[in-house]
Amino acid sequence: MDMVTLVAVSSIVVSGLTLAIGSIGPALGEARAVAQAISAIAQQPDEANTITRTLFVGLAMIESTAIYCFVIAMILIFANPFWNYAITHAGK
Amino acid sequence: MTISPDSVIYFYLGPFPVNATLLFTWIVMGVLVLSSWLVTRTISSDLPISPWQNFLEITVSAIQRQIKEVSNQEARHYIPFIGTLFLFVLTSNVLSVFPGFSPPTGSFSTTVALAICVFIAVPIFGVASKGWSAYLQAYIKPTFIMLPFNIIGEISRTLALAVRLYGNMMSGTVIVAILLGVVPLFFPVVMHVLGLLTGVIQAYIFSILAIVYIASASKSAQRNNRQSTTE
Repeated sequence: MDMVTLVAVSSIVVSGLTLAIGSIGPALGEARAVAQAISAIAQQPDEANTITRTLFVGLAMIESTAIYCFVIAMILIFANPFWNYAITHAGK
Repeated sequence: MTISPDSVIYFYLGPFPVNATLLFTWIVMGVLVLSSWLVTRTISSDLPISPWQNFLEITVSAIQRQIKEVSNQEARHYIPFIGTLFLFVLTSNVLSVFPGFSPPTGSFSTTVALAICVFIAVPIFGVASKGWSAYLQAYIKPTFIMLPFNIIGEISRTLALAVRLYGNMMSGTVIVAILLGVVPLFFPVVMHVLGLLTGVIQAYIFSILAIVYIASASKSAQRNNRQSTTE
């Protein structure tokens, strides 16, 4: 395998793995947060506004870890910095 | 497929390339300025007010109430900055319903610029409300050892603020673009609606986090024990 193929294969495989592994943690965390918030609303329906607002802010923070993984996967596929390097060095 | 509207260049203004991000940012600014100028031109304090003035008053008072609830402080100092951030991000996210409009918040340079505004605003508001010494003492708050971690936290939350908004908006655009190639008929519309919801929530979260950061830096002493903020 030459260098360009190696970069392409590893980028594609690793970006898939990034999304697959990186979405496990946020999914579990968000599920737990939503379950807790729903039971809290069921116990105290008067505080639903505060709970919902805190839930959304917290969800966004949890989700940002998944978003980091997504951004890295997108960079690996569409804007790979090693791609141009491999192409210029493969031509020589 | 383009990952960022930065790479679409429409024309050159002298030596400066005007890309899609700049152009759509100007459009959003124009929409905001023009609509508020048109509404406040015929503003009145008498009882029969125009529907648009009513709409603006509802918007401003809703932002004011949210700031007051989150920060436990007077909203008067914060509403120009936070309200501008919220309205700009919200407008640029919602305007993406129009075909051909790529939201400027889907470009990393815009979100980094907005996050740097928050990064600079935190010490400005903090120093203005507490003074230099009290603000700087917050960095060595538990012990002196925590100083580098406090500084790292300050920088990393700014980066997180930028990447969060950029990732959410860019993912909406990319998902619709991918689905247009796979199932072009009906399903992209559903994802677009989901993207709109995400855009509104992200605008809300961006401004809420900005006010949380600013409020935690500028909290005065007697309110210190009333609310412990996240991060």
